[in-house]
Amino acid sequence: MTRIGRVWRKSVDGRTAALYLLPSIILFSVFVFYPMFRTIYLSFFLTDQTGNAAIMVGFENFVYLLGSSEFQNSMKATGLFVLYTVPITIILALFFALLANEKLKGIGFFRTMYSSTMGISVAASSVIWLFMFNPSIGMFNRLLGVLNLPQIQWLLDPEWALLSVSISTIWMNIGFSFLILLGGLQNIDEHLYESSRIDGAGYFYRLRRITLPMLSPTLFFIITISLINAFQTFGQIDILTKGGPSQSTNLIVYSIYREAFINYQFGTASAQAVILFLIILIVTILQFKLGERKVHYQ
Amino acid sequence: MKRVELIDVSKSYDKQVDVISNINVTIEPGEFFVLVGPSGCGKSTMLRMIAGLEEITGGTLKIGEKVANNLSPDKRDLSMVFQNYALYPHLSVQQNITFGLDVKKMKKEEQRKKANEVAEMLGLTEYLDRKPRELSGGQRQRVALARAIVSETPICLMDEPLSNLDAKLRAHMRSEIRRIQRSLGITMIYVTHDQVEAMTMGDRIMILHEGKIQQIGKPIDIYNYPANPFVATFIGSPPMNLAKAEFNPSTSELVIADELRLPVPIDEIGKLPRTSMTVGVRPENLYPITPETKAEDVFHVEVTNVEILGNETVFSFKLGGEEWMAKWSGQWHIDIGDRMPVRMEFESLSIFDEQSGELIKGTIDYGKYVKQQKVSP
Ligand SMILES: Nc1ncnc2c1ncn2[C@@H]1O[C@H](COP(=O)(O)OP(=O)(O)OP(=O)(O)O)[C@@H](O)[C@H]1O
Ligand SMILES: [Mg+2]
Repeated sequence: MTRIGRVWRKSVDGRTAALYLLPSIILFSVFVFYPMFRTIYLSFFLTDQTGNAAIMVGFENFVYLLGSSEFQNSMKATGLFVLYTVPITIILALFFALLANEKLKGIGFFRTMYSSTMGISVAASSVIWLFMFNPSIGMFNRLLGVLNLPQIQWLLDPEWALLSVSISTIWMNIGFSFLILLGGLQNIDEHLYESSRIDGAGYFYRLRRITLPMLSPTLFFIITISLINAFQTFGQIDILTKGGPSQSTNLIVYSIYREAFINYQFGTASAQAVILFLIILIVTILQFKLGERKVHYQ
Repeated sequence: MKRVELIDVSKSYDKQVDVISNINVTIEPGEFFVLVGPSGCGKSTMLRMIAGLEEITGGTLKIGEKVANNLSPDKRDLSMVFQNYALYPHLSVQQNITFGLDVKKMKKEEQRKKANEVAEMLGLTEYLDRKPRELSGGQRQRVALARAIVSETPICLMDEPLSNLDAKLRAHMRSEIRRIQRSLGITMIYVTHDQVEAMTMGDRIMILHEGKIQQIGKPIDIYNYPANPFVATFIGSPPMNLAKAEFNPSTSELVIADELRLPVPIDEIGKLPRTSMTVGVRPENLYPITPETKAEDVFHVEVTNVEILGNETVFSFKLGGEEWMAKWSGQWHIDIGDRMPVRMEFESLSIFDEQSGELIKGTIDYGKYVKQQKVSP
């Protein structure tokens, strides 16, 4: 009795902490942990039409996937897509943020414009781009026509489709990156620039020795977020290309979606999701390991 | 060595109210010029205008012989210590110190040598590899100083560079800065609101209040002949005691705050204004009585507060609704509520015009000289 009493009294801090954590534990359990473990569980099974586990197959789903050319193609497309979008988005956003950080008349207008793509949903902007990519009435082909250049089948040509999707994705993501980077820039103490101006440092010297190092935590953050985002792209694929033509834009999340909800192969879909999870995990860990050394936290 | 000249300079941030106006001053080459004033009076603003970080909205600034109103900061040949240090948080102390040298593309080897010299001078040698966030406030301040000193510019601007140091280190740094300034012949413009710094360091002091010059002059002249009651109370610690006074021609007495009567020497009567005036007396000029003191010079006060500072005693009393303070040297055993006899001399009074606040009569020169005795063989 007394021993139980003592343990009960000793654990008061722990119990208080648990009570405080309870709301988020419940929310996370329902919306994150349960689906996650369910996915891992399902990845070891073959499923029936309704998605219930039917036959336990161990690692066979994974073995099948790694050998499947369709999956390999999907991985390759995802990798290329990440390579096309992430660096360009961040470099462009950084460039715009540097411009918009200058103290000029009416700069507020430009700041709003550059960040405005954040306010448009992926679906809406995809539809806009769908029109612009249209081979006959789209603005891009008209422009090419005016310049007497050959027409391009933006979304229908397997050579071009991934590039086209990347271009629209860059456009969609720039607003968010811009806003975060601008916030980072505005956080840099103005006195540092004043001091360096007295020393006679030019613009690029200041950029290299003050702005970029001081911005590095923000850059690091936005690179991580952008990478994860790029790996998880779905909306614009669904609206612009549906994974086609000839699988050239079948990014991994879209492929998971097709496997699960069109082919009803929840087992292999789950296995793909697990692989995606591992890839993102590894990339993020790598990034933290490599990046941390170059980041100056204050 | 360069002259800095401000001609009718003014500054307004919002195009309506001037935070600084009608500044006319010439800072001579190699001079140690101190800018003092209460918080918010425009000291930093003035320094930033000289540095070129803030636009000059009126008047002319000359550096050397050239008009510098629109010169970019790096063309002005000056260095600056910022009030908040402005150290680069991502660079080590060493890199912070050599930042300006690196901009000027000095050889790495030479940079390191100079950084070491300055670090030695300011006691920063052990911290050269640390980041600013790993330093105490005072150490950061010294890094900021080092950065200004290492650049060896002919003009140096410092914005309260010693505010975060302890008393001992501050005294040391005061003489160190003064020594460096003298030996390099730097024209120094030094902002502080510490009047001890102003008095001890400056060749000349400028006192600023609400953006206007109150007085410019040698520290001791400002102490002895404050141009107006503001300067009188700003310089000196404890501040000068002030009260309203009137001259009574029938008794030829000065009536201070309707309470005290002080006989006026006959040859001084002509200089006094007919109407009322403001009189001031420094706490150290309220003396204890001695056996020789004449009875009419003595007045009695009721002590409201006592502070013993080791070698001197400061006590306060009420006079005409104002708190007055007296400073006596030595340790005096006084209790609150005691009635103390105090002696005052007409000679040590400062008298200001009541309306304009202008100084009418200053104190006499209390300066002492060490006379060389002639020794006959
Ligand atoms: N960027 C600004 N915009 C508008 N007003 C300003 C700006 N900077 C300073 N001021 C105003 O100008 C006045 C002078 O400021 P300044 O910083 O020069 O004071 P200071 O004498 O340096 O005070 P302290 O001793 O507290 O540093 C203040 O009233 C302040 O509010
Ligand atoms: Mg200031």
